[in-house]
Amino acid sequence: MFVVEHMVTSFISAAAFGIIFNAPKQSLFKCGIVGMLGWMIYIVLFTVEIDTVIATLAASFVVAVVSQIFAKMYKTPVIIFSVAGIIPLVPGGIAYDAMRNFVQNDYNMAMNLAAKAFMISGSIAIGLVFSEVINQVIRNAKLSSSARRMR
Amino acid sequence: MEAKMMRRYDIMEVCLLAGKIMLQSGAETYRVEDTMMRIAASYGIKESHSYVTPTGIIFSIETEEPTKTKLIRINERSTDLEKVTLVNSLSRQISKGHLSVEEAFHALEKLDESDLSYPFKLQLLAATIASGCFLIMFLGSWNDFIPAAITGGVGYICLIYFQRVVPIKFFSEFLSSLIIGMLAFGFVQSGIGHQLDKIVIGSVMPLVPGLLITNAVRDLMAGHLVSGLSKGAEAFLTAFAIGGGVAVVFTLL
Repeated sequence: MFVVEHMVTSFISAAAFGIIFNAPKQSLFKCGIVGMLGWMIYIVLFTVEIDTVIATLAASFVVAVVSQIFAKMYKTPVIIFSVAGIIPLVPGGIAYDAMRNFVQNDYNMAMNLAAKAFMISGSIAIGLVFSEVINQVIRNAKLSSSARRMR
Repeated sequence: MEAKMMRRYDIMEVCLLAGKIMLQSGAETYRVEDTMMRIAASYGIKESHSYVTPTGIIFSIETEEPTKTKLIRINERSTDLEKVTLVNSLSRQISKGHLSVEEAFHALEKLDESDLSYPFKLQLLAATIASGCFLIMFLGSWNDFIPAAITGGVGYICLIYFQRVVPIKFFSEFLSSLIIGMLAFGFVQSGIGHQLDKIVIGSVMPLVPGLLITNAVRDLMAGHLVSGLSKGAEAFLTAFAIGGGVAVVFTLL
């Protein structure tokens, strides 16, 4: 039940974000799929008590890879899919918690949470970079092998 | 000679218009640069340089004649992924040689003026449902679904309305998150809502600068340090406005 609940809600929210960001109609369904994949990986890792930073890293990596595959398949910019997938991973909740603690003068707690929010957004970034690097390596390998054949 | 110069000028216009539309619609800076140079190259310009930041585009074309450079200022930025896709597919057509300079220019002009966004009611519905769904994803309980959805929807209406009235983006985000905070507080006080934190987090999600953060990171790693940092600053300001708006409610009540 837990899994189904999360699959449905993450699919709907990613597709809804596609509408808010005005993604093309035919890509809304794919946005939902990307968002769902990313969130399922995150929430599964989260429930088996793996650190949130690592869970976010894995999820954002998968989101980026799937977005790149979709972008190549449908000849559209990567950003359409990756944005919808990344949104649920963005540490909005933690950033909000940190902010609230700041206003309530609990600076220790606030700094802890702020550092955590920073770490999580960093791991989203690293996930994205990592998939980009792998993509470049594959492309370069293809190019050099075709160059060898030319010779 | 004169005709040749005219043509070159037109190529520049096509590139700049394509770049302008993409940047205004929220494309990554490196993609804008790449697209502009690709279009120029497919019209036979061997050397072109572009420098794109979130607030302006500088583009120059080098030929036998003296180098031509033009600058465009970008004031408004919104998110319209459909336009990014359409310019992208236009530039693909151009590089295949299917479009002449004039045809491309007219197509881009039409695209620039058109409004492709979904009807406002649909966007509002999306924001409303997304807020409710985020509540469930952040491990909230189902009996908070409707309060979160209503709060998120009202917050989204406020954001759109304030953005029309108040020219400062920071302020409109601050005000709408203030209203979200008050509404959520009201729901919990009246006993309809249960977990204040979860309701606020869920309904604030449509305002969270997710696209900006992703874009900032992608620009930074593509080596566009200036635009990456400035987009990061914009994202930070937005996050700060949202957090501040909600926080004010907590301190007042």
